[in-house]
Amino acid sequence: MNTFTKEAVQKLSASLNEPEWMLEFRLKAFEIYENTPMPTTKDEAWRRTNLRQMKFDEFGPSINGDAATDAALPSFLNQQLTADETGGNLLQVDGVTRDYELSEALQAQGVIFCDMHTAVSQHPDLVQKYFMTEGVSVSEGKFAALHGAFWRGGTFLYVPKNTKAAAPLHSVLWNENGRTFTHTLVVLEVGSEAIFMDEYASGNSDAQGFHNGVVELLVGDNANLIYAGLQDFGANMWQFNHERGRVGRDGKLDWVTSMMGTRLTKAFQTMELDQPGSWGRMSGIFFTNGRQHLDLDTQQNHNAGNTVSDLLYKGALKDRSRTVWQGMIKALPGSQKIDGFQANRNLMLDRTARADSIPGLEIEADDVKCTHASAIGKLDPEEIFYLMSRGIPRNTAVEMSVQGFFDPLMRRIPFEGIRDRIFGRIVEKINM
Amino acid sequence: MTALEVKNLHVSIGDQPILKGIDLLIKSGEVHALMGPNGSGKSTLAYTLAGHPAYEPSAGQAIFGGEDLLEMEADERSRAGLFLAFQYPASVPGVTLAKFLRQTINSRRQAVNPEDKGISIPAFRRLLKEKMDMLGIDHKFAGRYLNEGFSGGEKKRVEILQMATVEPKIAIMDETDSGLDIDALRIVSEGAMRLKEELGMGILVITHYQRILNYINPDYVHIMLNGRIVESGGPDLALKLEERGYDWIREKHGALEEA
Ligand SMILES: Nc1ncnc2c1ncn2[C@@H]1O[C@H](COP(=O)(O)OP(=O)(O)O)[C@@H](O)[C@H]1O
Ligand SMILES: [Mg+2]
Repeated sequence: MNTFTKEAVQKLSASLNEPEWMLEFRLKAFEIYENTPMPTTKDEAWRRTNLRQMKFDEFGPSINGDAATDAALPSFLNQQLTADETGGNLLQVDGVTRDYELSEALQAQGVIFCDMHTAVSQHPDLVQKYFMTEGVSVSEGKFAALHGAFWRGGTFLYVPKNTKAAAPLHSVLWNENGRTFTHTLVVLEVGSEAIFMDEYASGNSDAQGFHNGVVELLVGDNANLIYAGLQDFGANMWQFNHERGRVGRDGKLDWVTSMMGTRLTKAFQTMELDQPGSWGRMSGIFFTNGRQHLDLDTQQNHNAGNTVSDLLYKGALKDRSRTVWQGMIKALPGSQKIDGFQANRNLMLDRTARADSIPGLEIEADDVKCTHASAIGKLDPEEIFYLMSRGIPRNTAVEMSVQGFFDPLMRRIPFEGIRDRIFGRIVEKINM
Repeated sequence: MTALEVKNLHVSIGDQPILKGIDLLIKSGEVHALMGPNGSGKSTLAYTLAGHPAYEPSAGQAIFGGEDLLEMEADERSRAGLFLAFQYPASVPGVTLAKFLRQTINSRRQAVNPEDKGISIPAFRRLLKEKMDMLGIDHKFAGRYLNEGFSGGEKKRVEILQMATVEPKIAIMDETDSGLDIDALRIVSEGAMRLKEELGMGILVITHYQRILNYINPDYVHIMLNGRIVESGGPDLALKLEERGYDWIREKHGALEEA
C-alpha cells in the first residue's frame, strides 16, 4: 500500500497553494518516478547497498507536515551559531518554518534566504529558472524523481551579483514525523560570496523513517561559496540524497559534508567544474556505529581545462557498521592542465566493521595531474599510550585520538559551535 | 618524600629476556644517571616503569610512593607522579599541543574531583606562556599538532614542557640530550633542575654522555649491560666512562653478557 500516488502529488501541491508550474513539475517528476524501477544490487551504483530491509511501502509523502509543531525540540536547534555572527537563521520542523530571521544588513544587500515554499511563491522567476534545472535532474534516478514529485521544505539562498553576504546563513531542518523531502537550492550570482550551514536532524524512533533530499549549489563566475551540509538523523532513518555543486569560471566551492546518523544512507555527491579556473573542495566527515550503512558516491567532473578539485573523505567505524566510498574523477577530452585529487581514509574502531574504498579515474585528456589515495587504519596504540602516560585515562585518550583523526577536516567548518557539537556527537558515539 | 623502588625486575619481550633483575632506589630530590651501551635495556626499563602494555614484567616489583606501580595503568602512574620523557615521543596528529596539555591538567583535576570543570582558558594560557618562555619554545607551537613534524630537538623540549606542566615527583629522562644543541641542552637541563630544586623532584637521567650530567649533576651513576645494572657509583663513574668507554665494563662483566 504505497502512498506515493499521483493524487498525493496533487494533494501536496494544493495544500501548499502552489502555482500551476510547480504542480506540473511535480507531476512530470512523478511520471518519471513511476517509470523508473527501484534500484537493486544489480545496478552498478547500488552494488554495495541492499535495500531489502527497507519498508518502503510504509513510507509516504509529508503532506501534513505541521503535525509536529508542538513537539519539544532539542535546545541546540534554536541556538545562534555565535551571538552576533549569523545573519540568517531558519528553523523548520517537518518542512514547516518554525523560526525565521534575516538581518537587515542582508536584506538591504538583496540576499534572499527563506524556506523553499516561500521562495516558490515570492521568487517564482528564480525558482523556475534554477529548481532542478542546472543542479540535480529528476531523471537521475528513482529517488531524484521521487524527490521532484514530493519535495517538501528546505532552504533557498540567493546572493545577487557582486554581493558579499554580510554574514553567514544557518538553517536547521528538524524532522519529527519520519518523512522528510528537503530541498536546498543555493544560487550565487557572478562575483558573490556566502557561507551557509545546512543542518538536518531528527530524534530516534522504532519505526523506519525516510529522508529523500536534494542539494543544489550553483556557484557563478568568480563567486565563492562555503557550504556545510551536516546530517544527524536518528538511527531509524533511511536516507537517499542527490547533491550537486556547479562552479563557474574562477569560482570556488568549499563543500563540507558531515554524516553522523541514519540506518542507511545512499548519497550521490557531484562537483561540476565547468569553466577554466573553477575550484572545488569536498570534505567528508562520517562516523558509523551499530548497524549503520553509509554509501557515498562522489564525482569530481572536470568539464574544462585549468580546473582544480580536491576531495578528502574520512570515516570512523564501529560495531558492525559498514561504509562505502566510491569516488570518480572525470576529465572530458580537452580538459588539459587539470589538478584532481581524491582520498578516503577510514579509522576502524572495531574488527567487525567494514569499509570499502573505491577510487576511480576516467581521464580523457593527457596533460593532467590526477591522484588518489585510500587508507584503512586502526587507532595507534603508541599514540594512546603516549596520551595515557601523561595521566589521560584510556577512554579520553581514545576520544582525543578519534577527534584528532577528524580535526583537519573539522577546521573547514567555519563555526566553533557547530564543530563542538559534531565533536560532542563523535564522543557520544565512541561511548555508545 | 616519594621514592621509586625497583626490586629484581625481569621483563621479557616474546620469549627474549631483556631485563634480568634490576634493583634501583630513587628518592625525592636525588639525581641518578643510568648509562650503558645501546640495546642494554635502558628504554625497556623506562617503558616498563611508565606502564607500556608491550612490556610485561615476568618477575620483580616496582613500588612508587608506597604503592605497587606494576598494578597501575599508565595514566594512574602518571597521575601518581611518575613521568617519562620519551626517547622517541609519539606524534598525535590532529591534537594540538595546547589541547593536549590542557587535557593533562584537566585529567589530573578530574581524577580528584569528577565534577571539576577544568582549568579556565585564561589561567591555562598564562601557565602555558610561562612554561614555554622558560623553555624557549615559540608560542606558535601551542597551536601545532603534537609532535607532528617537530624536529628531534623540538620534541625533546616539548617533553620537558610536559614535565614542567604536570610537575612530577619522579621523572625519567630517556636520552633527552640526544638531538639537542648545546643551548637547548642547557635550557632543558635548567628546567629539570628547577623542578628538582623547587619541588624536590627525583630524576633518573638515561644518557650516553657526560654533557647533560654537567648540568644535571648526578648523585649516583649506574651502568647497565645486557639487562643488568653491573656497576653503581658516584659522579666519577660517569667521568670514567667518558674517558674509557664501555670496553672495560664489557671485559669485567663479559661473563654476564654471554649468559
Ligand atoms: N618492543 C620491542 N620489541 C622487540 N624487541 C625490543 C623491543 N623493545 C626493546 N627491544 C629489544 O630489547 C633490547 C633493549 O632495548 P632498549 O631497551 O631499547 O635498549 P637501550 O635503550 O638501552 O638502547 C634490544 O635488544 C631491543 O632490540
Ligand atoms: Mg633507549
